[in-house]
Amino acid sequence: MSHGATAHYTSMGLDSRKMAFWAFIGSECLLFGTLISTYLIYQGRSVSGPTPGEILNIPVTSLSTFDLLMSSLWMVLALAAVQRGDMKWAKVWLLGVAIGGAIFLGFQVYEFTSFVHEGLTLQTNLFGATFFVLTGTHGAHVTVGVLWMMTLWVRAMQGKLGPQHAMTVEIAGLYWHFVDVVWIAIFTLVYLLHK
Amino acid sequence: MSETRGLKSWLTTTDHKRIGLLYFWTAFGFFLIGGLEALVIRAQLARPDNHLVTAQTYNQLFTMHGTTMVFLALMPLGAAFFNFIVPLQIGARDVVFPRLNAFSYWVFLLGGLFMNASWFLPGHPAPDGGWFGYATLTERQFSPGPNIDFWLLGLQILGVASLAAGFNFIVTILNLRAPGMKMMRLPVFTWMTLVTSFLIITAFPVITVALVFLMFDRVFHTHFYIPSAGGDPILWQHLFWVFGHPEVYILILPAMGIVSEVLPTFSRKPLFGYTVIVYSGVLIGFMGWGVWSHHMFSVGLGPIADSVFALTTMLIAIPTGVKIFNWIATLWGGHIRLTTAMCFALGFIALFTIGGLSGITHASPPADLQQTDTYYVVAHFHYVLFGGTIMGLFAGMYYWWPKMTGRLLSEPLGILHFWLTFIGMNLTFFPMHLIGLLGMPRRIYTYSTDLGVDRMNLWSSIGAFMIGLGMVVFVYNLWRTRRHGAVAGPNPWNGATLEWATSSPPPPHNFDVIPTVHSRMPLWGSHPPATAGGEPVHVPPGSWWPLVAAAGLPIMALAALMHTVWIVFVGAAILLFGIYRWAYEPFEV
Repeated sequence: MSHGATAHYTSMGLDSRKMAFWAFIGSECLLFGTLISTYLIYQGRSVSGPTPGEILNIPVTSLSTFDLLMSSLWMVLALAAVQRGDMKWAKVWLLGVAIGGAIFLGFQVYEFTSFVHEGLTLQTNLFGATFFVLTGTHGAHVTVGVLWMMTLWVRAMQGKLGPQHAMTVEIAGLYWHFVDVVWIAIFTLVYLLHK
Repeated sequence: MSETRGLKSWLTTTDHKRIGLLYFWTAFGFFLIGGLEALVIRAQLARPDNHLVTAQTYNQLFTMHGTTMVFLALMPLGAAFFNFIVPLQIGARDVVFPRLNAFSYWVFLLGGLFMNASWFLPGHPAPDGGWFGYATLTERQFSPGPNIDFWLLGLQILGVASLAAGFNFIVTILNLRAPGMKMMRLPVFTWMTLVTSFLIITAFPVITVALVFLMFDRVFHTHFYIPSAGGDPILWQHLFWVFGHPEVYILILPAMGIVSEVLPTFSRKPLFGYTVIVYSGVLIGFMGWGVWSHHMFSVGLGPIADSVFALTTMLIAIPTGVKIFNWIATLWGGHIRLTTAMCFALGFIALFTIGGLSGITHASPPADLQQTDTYYVVAHFHYVLFGGTIMGLFAGMYYWWPKMTGRLLSEPLGILHFWLTFIGMNLTFFPMHLIGLLGMPRRIYTYSTDLGVDRMNLWSSIGAFMIGLGMVVFVYNLWRTRRHGAVAGPNPWNGATLEWATSSPPPPHNFDVIPTVHSRMPLWGSHPPATAGGEPVHVPPGSWWPLVAAAGLPIMALAALMHTVWIVFVGAAILLFGIYRWAYEPFEV
């Protein structure tokens, strides 16, 4: 990395990459906001089953939600470790975040396949279309996050990630926490409050 | 030191000024294509029961005219000035993420080429569903060919370019200001760029999702907009216009910014009510989010929705009117110089006001029901987008061309260009108010002589070719200026803002010394900031990776077009490879 260690002068006193990332998160809110709104508007308007009540598996999804929330905790610990220069634990927690994300994706693969076996596909009804596109978009975001965490972990293993790159890790963390918060909204609105 | 000559230097450039020029020439090329499409439309409509083109070709012409002008011409011409001028106006060496900036440009170019490639394939499957692409017309059942796929995939690609540029300019303007350049000292053009960038990053995710739904309907046979399966075509209309109305302000705010630079310079007076103009622009940005359903009065949303959106639409006229009064007050008592740039800026005020007034007539649902889908609406939005945006952009071209190239455009040719455009524009679009109120519908390829609008349509077509003649004069002026234009010097207009404090064209690093700013109009003060001298400045070399990463996107779109999964992975791999090399440049694993 050619940059990172040197703190550039900025008019607002906030790192430029971090500011851009906050703008990106604001933009992403509109993306997920549109997807979630569409899901809610179409709720109960499918002309055939299966319905959310018949098919959503809340106990299993609670487990995957717990896993994703824990990965956010590990993200916090990873950043703290990088900031204090403790690269041994940074490697552990970064890998932990990546594995936590991968486990969540495994749950999603299991969920999608079992739904298809029970007769819910993209084409079955509006619930299927809105559900798969919304949770699929979220899953794609988790996938990007897992790739990002793996990249940081590989860099750490190579000895090329240190406390001077704390901002890089902090921004990856911002992404990870955002994707996690989106899941909390989806889990609440789609799973817990299903009609 | 970065290379400054040869093809490679342009393909790898990360210099905001060169990217600005690339944006300008690309967008100008698309502008000419969109203009030619308009001329064929007007040739077809010059007389009743004409069969110059078929109904199908006509559908493609008005679809591609609208889509090209909005996404490939006016937005990126605005972006050309964001790129070239904003870093200079805030006293920065470049935008904050130069490689992301190059990425935006390449994605824009490839997206535009992708969409227009449809003209050249067997069967000429160019998009034919209107720039608004209403479901269910755009569903596979009614549009079985690849036409709509080219449209929706092209727009998805272009959205990525706009979003990346939006993040870049927000952070550039907030974070890279020269010492002393407080927010309320920013030139109004830079302020409007900031507001536009916020609108881009909030509006484009909405159209992205709407297009994803349409893509799933067409490619994976879902039912997002298909009524027989419970889907709602009105959802498309809502999502499209939730994006589409902020988009209108994305198109007009940069032009308002340009005019706010040109008027003070050629009146030799500070802008009247700077603060109010800035806050009005910000207010327009916010209120632009609350008026979208006025595009949908004929849907029948009910009296409450209609009343609310009628009210918000009338309210948004207030900050717009405030700006117009401030511009007029700027002229009052000034030493007015009627340069070409000034003529276009004055034309902007007059024509945009007419467009604004006819816009208020649409704000009332009962009146709007008579106007919907007639030429009255076409007249309205061409007064706003041609009379407003294009006049503003031409003002910017004449104003900043000497800064961008070092040479002044010819003033006599410019004045000729202005009058041909101004008269031609009114001749083309003013009769459309009457044609529309007399009942001629939009988007129909011909009309009967019984309607009694033959002569007005002929005048309208004559006006369109007059605009075309004006464009020929302008292109000749650009070509002539390359060698024969007068050498400009740093500040040919005696402008007050920082872009005029450096040479024309500026050196790669913009300023030898970053200027310190003490006022809103630094070059009109008694102590203009020093920009000469200082240490040699290191300019970072260019990069191939923005171009490589950008190339992945149209390849992924090709996969959706051909329904072939493995191509997605090829495109994604190229995108990912480009991003990794970019992130770890210079490469060192």
